[in-house]
Amino acid sequence: MFILLGMPVVQIIIFGFALTNEVKNSKIAILDPSKDAATTSLIAQMEASRYFEVDQVIHSAEEIEPIFKKGKIKLAVIFPANFNEDLQHFNKAQVQLIADASDPNVANTLTNYATAVIMDYQNRITNDKKLPYTINTEMRMLYNPELKGAYNFVPGVMAMVLLLVCTMMTAITIVREKEMGTMEIMLVSPMKPFRIVIAKAVPYLLLSSVNIASILLLSVFVLDVPINGSLVLLVFESLLFTLVSLALGLLISSRAESQQTAMFISLVALFLPTVMLSGFMFPVENMPLPLRTVSNIVPAKWYYSIVKSVMIKGIGLHAVWKETLILIGMLVFFLGLAIKNFKIRLA
Amino acid sequence: MSTDKVITAEQLTKRFGDFTAVDAISFNVYKGEIFGFLGANGAGKTTAMRMLSGLSMPTSGKASVAGFDVYKENEKIKQNIGYMSQKFSLYEDLTVKENIRFYAGIYGKSDQFIKEKTSVVLEQLHLTAEGNKLVKSLPLGWKQKLAFSVAIFHEPQIVFLDEPTGGVDPVTRREFWNMIYLAAEAGITVFVTTHYMDEAEYCNRVSIMVDGRIDALDTPEKLKKTYGVATMDDVFLKLARKAVRSAD
Repeated sequence: MFILLGMPVVQIIIFGFALTNEVKNSKIAILDPSKDAATTSLIAQMEASRYFEVDQVIHSAEEIEPIFKKGKIKLAVIFPANFNEDLQHFNKAQVQLIADASDPNVANTLTNYATAVIMDYQNRITNDKKLPYTINTEMRMLYNPELKGAYNFVPGVMAMVLLLVCTMMTAITIVREKEMGTMEIMLVSPMKPFRIVIAKAVPYLLLSSVNIASILLLSVFVLDVPINGSLVLLVFESLLFTLVSLALGLLISSRAESQQTAMFISLVALFLPTVMLSGFMFPVENMPLPLRTVSNIVPAKWYYSIVKSVMIKGIGLHAVWKETLILIGMLVFFLGLAIKNFKIRLA
Repeated sequence: MSTDKVITAEQLTKRFGDFTAVDAISFNVYKGEIFGFLGANGAGKTTAMRMLSGLSMPTSGKASVAGFDVYKENEKIKQNIGYMSQKFSLYEDLTVKENIRFYAGIYGKSDQFIKEKTSVVLEQLHLTAEGNKLVKSLPLGWKQKLAFSVAIFHEPQIVFLDEPTGGVDPVTRREFWNMIYLAAEAGITVFVTTHYMDEAEYCNRVSIMVDGRIDALDTPEKLKKTYGVATMDDVFLKLARKAVRSAD
């Protein structure tokens, strides 16, 4: 009953408000060596728009790369040393926009917004003068110069496939044994429950490894998505995520009594949040606070961010240790809970 | 029939929250005996059986199975018992032989033992020709007989049968009981729950559970005499009518 009445309400709210491709309050960095009247008012105007929020002001071009790798900012606005002078003397000036294109949609939207704000400013100052001013914007798409969608969906698909294979299939096969009554027979046998669980999980671990390999091979050789970071780290993180998914599958199976229930829980509790809240389809940053909070407990969100960092941005463990630790924490938590539930059933 | 006790229970109790599913039951089962465990639905039969087979921890009381304590030595108990549940529980998508090999393997039997015994068992069941057929292609009666053979394949001391003949025709039930007699003659103690009162007559001794307690325990003949009725059916009805708890 709750599902029947609650579902439409929840869906309207989620789709209507939370899941927009619109980008708001994106963190940007500013490099402004000239600090003159023109740049100051342009920056003020950018900040006044609801799209941008100046996160930090940097002082040299060398700082650009590291802050992008940290993943804190989505866009950097670089002014030349004498912006105002250029504008006054030659009626012409340049601004460089650098966007983090590991998410091509967001990068595209942001550079469009920024260009619009700059154009707006250009038109306004031109109105006062006889000669038209031109501010040229030069764009650079970091990590993904061609704005390929594959850069975005390869990590997302990896998260989804692993979750689907491991969680859903593990849950379903174990619940199937319960339904058929074979689980009971195994539990009265001298086999240790722990061994039953391991035996159930191993095939899916192997299957997932094959899946990871085939997705990576396809993306490198067919879709031309590079693996910029360490392959070992990527594989390690993928196995970690696989284990988290397996643990979730076990947890579901210890609760569900029928295959349908197991499937339903896997879909509603895992698949939908993974698609909607991992950042794969819709940028998490723009969601309202409650949803952003919820997104933190979606394992795929962390895995997705790790894969993007390692694969597309090519950064190492030092940058993703936080996400890795969160995944390990989740693994321990879910596995512990699953084993506890399993034991309770035996008691 | 011997006087060696293979199962003893003393004041065995299981509570789920406020609900006392099994209320201080005490009884002994002797070696090679066919022990009928009767009761209406919800009387606590399955719970009692689960405690004895190590699936469930008792809340209080004492019990030992095959000489091992249910609290501390439940791994050893598991080695010495066979179990067949009311759910028919073979793998439908494996063949007859694969099912036997799988379950025997769980009990750690050697390949040699499995191979030799499989052909003996299939011959007894007249299933030699069907050895490589999928279990789902067999009729229900055969599946149930096969499930019983699988449950005693590893030659346990005791076999627990939880309503083994549900949904089976009378002829197959008779054949099934012949198998039970054969197993008992071979020294396996049979602990069986059932709803069929004609089956109760086949048991050496019968206990009848009402509301979590054992209200009667004796041979079918003596029970009929005590309650002054002609059949086990009447004995059961007389006792079960007193039940306060509703059936599930």
